[in-house]
Amino acid sequence: MKDNQQNLIRFLIGLGDDSVVLSHRLSEWCSNGPYLEEDIALSNIALDYIGRARMFYQYAAELEGDKRTEDDIAFLRNEREYTNLLIHELPINDFAFTMVRQYFLDVYYCQYLLQLCESTDERIAAIAAKAVKESRYHLKRSKPWIKQLAEGTDESRERVQLALDELENFVGELFLMEEWETQLANDKLVVDRKTLEANWNSEVQSFLAESDMKFPDSKIQIRGGRNGIHTEHLGHMLSEMQYLQRSMPGLEW
Amino acid sequence: MQTVNDAEEQLKFDQRIIDEQKIEPTDWMPDAYRQNLIRQMSQHAHSEVIGMQPEGNWITRAPTLRRKAVLLSKVQDEAGHGLYLYSATESLGITRSDLIEALQSGTAKYASIFNYPTLTWADMGAIGWLVDGAAIVNQISLQRTSYGPYARAMVRICKEESFHQRQGYEIMTVLAKGSAEQKQMAQDAMNRNWWPSLMMFGPHDSDSAHSGKSMKWKIKRVSNDQLRQKFIDQTVPQIEELGLDMPDPELKWNEERGSYDSGEINWEEFYQVINGSGPCNYQRIKHHKKAHKEGEWVREAVRAYQEKQNAKKQTNVA
Amino acid sequence: MKKEKSINQEHLSVYEVFIRSNRGLDHKHVGSLHAESPEHALMYARDCYLRRSEGVSVWVVNAKDITASQEEDIANFIDPMDDKPYRHATHYVLPDNVTNM
Repeated sequence: MKDNQQNLIRFLIGLGDDSVVLSHRLSEWCSNGPYLEEDIALSNIALDYIGRARMFYQYAAELEGDKRTEDDIAFLRNEREYTNLLIHELPINDFAFTMVRQYFLDVYYCQYLLQLCESTDERIAAIAAKAVKESRYHLKRSKPWIKQLAEGTDESRERVQLALDELENFVGELFLMEEWETQLANDKLVVDRKTLEANWNSEVQSFLAESDMKFPDSKIQIRGGRNGIHTEHLGHMLSEMQYLQRSMPGLEW
Repeated sequence: MQTVNDAEEQLKFDQRIIDEQKIEPTDWMPDAYRQNLIRQMSQHAHSEVIGMQPEGNWITRAPTLRRKAVLLSKVQDEAGHGLYLYSATESLGITRSDLIEALQSGTAKYASIFNYPTLTWADMGAIGWLVDGAAIVNQISLQRTSYGPYARAMVRICKEESFHQRQGYEIMTVLAKGSAEQKQMAQDAMNRNWWPSLMMFGPHDSDSAHSGKSMKWKIKRVSNDQLRQKFIDQTVPQIEELGLDMPDPELKWNEERGSYDSGEINWEEFYQVINGSGPCNYQRIKHHKKAHKEGEWVREAVRAYQEKQNAKKQTNVA
Repeated sequence: MKKEKSINQEHLSVYEVFIRSNRGLDHKHVGSLHAESPEHALMYARDCYLRRSEGVSVWVVNAKDITASQEEDIANFIDPMDDKPYRHATHYVLPDNVTNM
């Protein structure tokens, strides 16, 4: 039981890390969007993810016995302690990359969170119920974007293709389970992500096929996020994000 | 040349202004009134949009998750307010593209305050508190402006902005009561932002190029100097509450006037920044152009996609 | 003069946005936005005009599809309605002791 508690905390922090890292990336679009309306829309998605991160961290902090706060978790851990799945931390690149990643994650979260609503942990189920509504809206937005970019100009299509190429290596990790997480899944506390892969592939592939584009069943699986092995990008993100808390430690802000 | 018809319309227009009736987009209006509105409203819109940059500078470095969410939603509101104002300005028969072109070419202005850098986290406090505070004083008076779409946009913006000032003051309060270093940070940010905030109200009434006509047409309802005084009077007690030193040694209560006396603004700096030589003028417009240019292929793709869709619809119909 | 391409966003249509703030109330005009299609306009309206849950229902209308009364014709259009006071309840005189009508 104590093990389960430790694993649950680890699980919650992992999901919080996924959210905080992606929200950071999305917030980088603020004042950089292709037009004002899109700027505003992307900020809303970033805000949804900050909200999620806070809910996961707060719950983790409570389970730990309030030894640390949500902000301690977010701002006082280093690269090796961050456990997000790698796809979340990749730089925003161009608008096509940002939207393709978002579409991939929207499809993933719609499936994942829907199942997480069934968690035997009520608090987790409640967070999932709130978040799945957000992701459904995000998906409603990202789908037409992919279509427009894939079927727009030669240039936009090429950019979508480049994004697909780059992301190919990072999708597999979404469906890889660690042993401790499988244990939680067996207890119906969390979702076995492995079971989502086939659905995810078929949904994404058939949608891309409408625009005559392909995305392979992922073979290469770059992994390590949940164990704190990251791309080089995360360190730079954290040094920016954590700079105030690190340079002036122990203060109220 | 004014035609007989124009003369009649002019009388009707003048009467509407006297009767405190709003002017609406399809009404006849003197060309100078229209141009004056386009100038003022687009300047206001550009200020919101350029104003996203100095605060956007700290979104990725906000020190807590709550502060990050607050700051992001504030900057997002500014984009929203830019949108409301562009939309209201477009009702005067000018496109957003034209307005953006005027911004990027430098013919249209925006609030000079945004040409100063945000050096520390405390600037997020000082901007919310002082800059949004000054903007709100001005915008409240503009809720009664004579042009309907502008007045309505102001009502919506004022309602949303009340949280902007409070979150800024909250940041200042925490810093002012924090460590010595934090307090110093707060003092410094207030000192740097104080004068540019006062400059936001524009030149003295006696030197204001556009004020006379704007007041006559009730586009502007309260003069620059009156608004500035109102802002000073409401802000000084807030500085005292923070326990910070006054940013202007000449700030002194004047019993007779029932207002605070204050030192003179450095008008040379004011005009220098307005005319393009502030610390960040070049950077702000460069950023705007760059983001706009990088978005070009996205807009092109959208256009191409729509054209293909329309073509498909037409073949289906045929 | 041809407009510089990088500035142009005129292929986006202007949509007028109407919001019903509460069940039982009318949709009310709140402003406009630029969007590539009605579906996008609806989504942007949500992000741009409903950030604080200002409404329970949204309409977007392509501005081109609105037919409006013309100001130069407004006298002929509206004024003839002015001389029909008998359409208003206040036109009729009731005995003092008749109330509730």
